[in-house]
Amino acid sequence: MRYLPKSSAERAHMLREIGIGSIDELFAPIPAQFRLIRDLCVPRQMAESEIVDWFRARAAENGDGYDILLGAGAYNHYRPLVIDALISRGEWFTAYTPYQPEIAQGTLQAIFEFQTMICELTGMEVANASMYDGSTGAAEAVMMAMRITGRNSAILARSVHPEYREVIATYAKYQGLPLTEVAFTDNGRVDLAALDAAITPNTACVLIQSPNFFGTIEDVAAIADIAHAKGALLVVSVAEALSLGIVRPPSEADIVTLEAQSFGVPLSYGGPYAGVIATREKFVRQIPGRLVGQTTDRNGKRGFVLTLATREQHIRREKATSNICTNQALVALMTNIYMDVYGREGIKELAQQNLAKAAYARKQFGTKARVLFDGAPRFNEFVLQTSEDAYEISHRLAAKNKIIGGFPLRKFYPELGNAAVWCATELTSRAAIDAAAGEVK
Amino acid sequence: MAYPPEFKYTKEHEWLAVDGATGTIGITDYAQNSLGDIVFVELPKVGAQLVAGKTFGTVESVKAVSDLFAPASGTVTEVNDGLTTSPEKVNSDPHSAWMVKITLANPAEVDALLSAADYEKFIADEQ
Amino acid sequence: MSNENIRKVTTHISQNEGLIFEHSSPGKKAYRLAELDVPEIDASAELGAALRTESAALPEVSEPEIIRHFTRLSTWNYAVDHGMYPLGSCTMKYNPRVNEVVSRLDGLAGAHPYQPEQISQGVLRIMKALADQLIEITGMDAITLQPAAGAHGELTGILLMRAFLESQGNARKKILIPDSAHGTNPATAAMAGYEVENLRSNEDGMVDLAALEAQMNEDVAGLMLTNPNTLGIFDEQIAQIAEILHRKGGLLYMDGANMNALVAKARPGDFGVDMMHLNLHKTFSTPHGGGGPGSGPVACTKHLEPFLPKPVVVETDEGTLRLDYDRPQSIGRVRAFYGNFGMLIRALAYIMANGPDGLRQTTEDAVLNANYLRKKLEGTFDLPYSTPTMHEVVFSDKLQSKSGLKTGDIAKRLIDYGFHPYTVSFPMVVHGALMIEPTESEPLEELDLFVDAMKSIAQEAIDSPDLIKNAPHSTRLSRLDETAAARKPVLRWKLESK
Repeated sequence: MRYLPKSSAERAHMLREIGIGSIDELFAPIPAQFRLIRDLCVPRQMAESEIVDWFRARAAENGDGYDILLGAGAYNHYRPLVIDALISRGEWFTAYTPYQPEIAQGTLQAIFEFQTMICELTGMEVANASMYDGSTGAAEAVMMAMRITGRNSAILARSVHPEYREVIATYAKYQGLPLTEVAFTDNGRVDLAALDAAITPNTACVLIQSPNFFGTIEDVAAIADIAHAKGALLVVSVAEALSLGIVRPPSEADIVTLEAQSFGVPLSYGGPYAGVIATREKFVRQIPGRLVGQTTDRNGKRGFVLTLATREQHIRREKATSNICTNQALVALMTNIYMDVYGREGIKELAQQNLAKAAYARKQFGTKARVLFDGAPRFNEFVLQTSEDAYEISHRLAAKNKIIGGFPLRKFYPELGNAAVWCATELTSRAAIDAAAGEVK
Repeated sequence: MAYPPEFKYTKEHEWLAVDGATGTIGITDYAQNSLGDIVFVELPKVGAQLVAGKTFGTVESVKAVSDLFAPASGTVTEVNDGLTTSPEKVNSDPHSAWMVKITLANPAEVDALLSAADYEKFIADEQ
Repeated sequence: MSNENIRKVTTHISQNEGLIFEHSSPGKKAYRLAELDVPEIDASAELGAALRTESAALPEVSEPEIIRHFTRLSTWNYAVDHGMYPLGSCTMKYNPRVNEVVSRLDGLAGAHPYQPEQISQGVLRIMKALADQLIEITGMDAITLQPAAGAHGELTGILLMRAFLESQGNARKKILIPDSAHGTNPATAAMAGYEVENLRSNEDGMVDLAALEAQMNEDVAGLMLTNPNTLGIFDEQIAQIAEILHRKGGLLYMDGANMNALVAKARPGDFGVDMMHLNLHKTFSTPHGGGGPGSGPVACTKHLEPFLPKPVVVETDEGTLRLDYDRPQSIGRVRAFYGNFGMLIRALAYIMANGPDGLRQTTEDAVLNANYLRKKLEGTFDLPYSTPTMHEVVFSDKLQSKSGLKTGDIAKRLIDYGFHPYTVSFPMVVHGALMIEPTESEPLEELDLFVDAMKSIAQEAIDSPDLIKNAPHSTRLSRLDETAAARKPVLRWKLESK
C-alpha cells in the first residue's frame, strides 16, 4: 500500500523488538467475537490514475461550465490563483492547531492578520479565528448574546437565510431558548414596528441578516436603536462578505457573524466555508472558538499565541462557551490571502462591479417579470416574481441554456408565490444575464 | 509566605478577614502558587448575595480555571475592581489583594472556618 | 546509537517577516479587474445611506509580496510533511496528494449547493458512496455527513440521543462521561441541555463497571465513551458497558476520535454502540489545515435513523439521487447546506486508495508503531498504566520531574530534535502526561530517531536540566509569554502598534 512506509521485513523486526509473534497479539484487547475476520466490503484498492478518473467522471455528471445566477448564501466569485498556489504548501495544510507557538508562528500570525481584517471589514473590535460556517456562527452568536445578557429568548428576522434559522433552531431547542420570528415589510426589510412590539425584557438578542436572504440591505442603525432601547443585543449576520466592500458596515451591532466564503473559497457544494464571530472588546470573554493574541518571547521578540483559552472546552469542559475545537483555519487563510490580493481599493471596486451587474440584471429581468422589494437598497441579489413556476424556469435554464438560475422561494416563503432570488457577480456575463432574462416569464 | 493569624481560612483556600460585621475575602498564597500566573479574576457585582460554601466567582490562569467559594454568607458591599486590570496582584501579594467585601449575614459561620495554624497543617497534609 | 548520530535541528533560512499590513502602501495592488460588460453605476445613488463611506483598511500590496509573505510565514510552521507529528488523539497521518487534486476538479469545487439535482448527480454520488462505505466500516446502519468537525458530530449525536429518548417519552437529565474524556464531550453534553456526571476509571484505565452500574438509572440518557480511550486502551468490557446502559434504557455514544485503531479490525456497530462520530481529518486522511476544516459524520443504528439531520441523500427507483427533506422526526439541521463536502471527497479518495487490504494494514501499522514506541521508551519514561494499548501510548513526566522538568519542557526540547511534540498534559487522569500517537505514516527510521531523541532528552534531564527548561533553542522564537497575552489581550493589529 503506497501510503505505508514499511517493508514486511521491517514489520517482522518491529514485532520481534516488541517481543510478540504476530500483529494479532496487539489486537487481543478487542474481544474475539468483535474482531473482524473478513474483508470490509469497500471497493478494491485503486491506482492513483483510477481514482482521478473516477472523480473526473463524477465531475462530468455535474453541471461543469454553467453560468451561475444563483447566490442564496453561496457566492460565485473569482478565486485568484495565488490562493491555491500558497495553501497547497504542506507547511500550511498539513499542520494542525497551533498548540506549540514556537513551530506554528506561520499559522498564528496569519490568523492574527485575519482577525484584524475582519475587524476592519465589520467595524467590530475583536474577531475570532473562525467558526464552521455562517450558519453555525449565527447560532453561536445567539448563544453568546444569551450568556452576555442573562436573558433567554431571541428574535430572528424572517428575512434571515432559512437554513441559518433552521440551524439556530436546532442549537436553541435544548438550551431552553425560545425563538420568535419577525416579519418583513413590502420593501423586504425587517418590520420595525413589529420588531419593537416583539422585544420583551427577556429578549437576549435580535438577529438580522444584511444583505438579507432577499438581497435587501437592512437599516441596521434603526434596528440597533430598537433593540438597544430594550436592553437586547443586535446580532448581524452577513452571508455575502463582499457586500462589506461597498455597503456600510454594521458597526451598531453588538455581534457580527460573517460567512467568509465569498473571499476566495470554492463553492464546493456547500463546504468547507468559514464563519467568523466579531464583537466588542468588552464581550471578548464570551466569544466561542480560538483567539490569537500578540505577545513577546523570552528575548522580547514579537510573536503570537492562542490566548484566552480558559473560555474553551479543553479547559472549562461543560462550562465552556462552546464545544468547538477544530475550526476552519485553512479556509480563513484563503480569505486572508484573498483580502490581500484585492486590498483596500480592490474590495471596493469588485463590490462596485457586483452592484453594476446586479443592477443591470434587475433591469433586464424587470422587463419580463416583477422585481419585488424594490423600495430598499440591495447589493448583488434581487427577488423576481414570475408567472411561471420558479422550479420550471430553473430546470429549463439548466437544460437549455447551461445556466443555473435563481433560488425558488416558495419552499420557505409560500406567500411570495413564484418568486426566486437571483444573483449576479463579477463573473456573471452580460450574455448570460440576457439569455436568462430571455427565458423568464 | 506567612498566613496572617487574624484571618480565617477555608479548605478551598480562601481567606476571610472579619472587621465587625464586614468580611473581606481573598485567596491564599497556597492557592495562587498552585494556580500559577493569574490572568483574570471574575467577581460578583455589589449587592450580590454570597452563600457560604457556594461559588461566587472564578480565577483564571493561562490554562486553568478555578472557582471561588464563599467562606461565609453575606451581601457584597465592595468589589476590588483593580484586580480586573491587574490580576497579577493576586500572585504578588495574595493576602492583601482582596476580592470582595461583604456584610456578614451569619457571623456564627466564621467559627466553623480554619485558623491560620489549622490551615497550615491542612496544606502541609495536601502537599 | 552514539549521541553524535542523533539528529538535531540546525538553523536554516528564516527571514523576519512583518505583518502583511506592514508591507502596505497606498496604490500597490495585486489585482486587475476584468472589463465591466454592463453599464457603470453610481454606487451612492444605488445605495443611498447604505453606502460605505470609509474603506476597510485592508492591506495594499503586490502579488510577489503576497507570495513571499505567506511562503516565509509557512517556513515557521511544523507540519506532517516535515516529520513525525505524534500529537496524541489527533492522528496526524500523511495527507495524500491525490485527495487534493480530485477535490479541486472544476465540476466538484465549482458546484453550487443549490444547483438543480439534475446537474448534481456527481456530487450526490460521491456523498452516497462515502456514506455507504463509512456505514460498512463502522458497522452501523445509517449516517449523516453534515457535521463540520468532531465536536459538531458529538453535538449531532447527542441530539439524536435526546430526540430518540424524547420519542420514547423521556429525554432524561444526565450524560455520563469518563474522567479521561476529551473536553469536547462534557461541553457537548451541556450544549445539548444535559447535566454531566463524571464516571471514574478503574486502575486499568477502563470504565469502572461497578461505578457505571451504580450511576446508571432512569435519569441517565447515556454514556459518551471514547474507545480506544485517550490512554490508547481498548475497553474490553465494551459489551458489558453497552448492556448495562441498554438494560436501563440508556444509549452508548462512541467518540470515534481514535477510530484509526479499529478500521477493518473491529466495528463499533458490532459491539453495542448506538451512535458515533468519525473525524475524517483524523482517521480518513483529510488534512488538518492548521486547525480545520475537519468533518465529523455521525453514524447510528436503525432506531436512531429517523432523527438524523436533514436532508439525506436517497436513491430513487430510476437510480438517480436526490436530497430528501421530508424527515418529520429529524433533529433539524446542524449546518447550512450538506457538510464540508470538499473533505468528503478527500476521505472517499483515501478509502479508494486503500481498499479493504490497505485499510487493514493501515490500522495494523498504526498500532504496531505505537507499541514499538511504547516498548522502546518504557523505563526511560514512566508508564502509568501497564494495560495493553492500541494506536497511542501515554507516559508521564514522573521520572523527569525529579529534575524539576515537566511534560511541557520535554515537549519544547523535542522541537530541537526536529519533531513536533506529543500532546502535553492530556489526558488529565495522568499527571504530567506525554500522549504519543505516531500513526501508520512513520517509517521505522523516523520512529528510531524519535526514540533516540526521547532517550537523549531523558539523559539531558539528568545532566543538564536547564538545557531543557530553556528549550527550544533552534526556533526563531522561544517560550512565548502566554501570561502577558492573556492579561492584556492584543487581538488585532493597529497602526500605532507597529
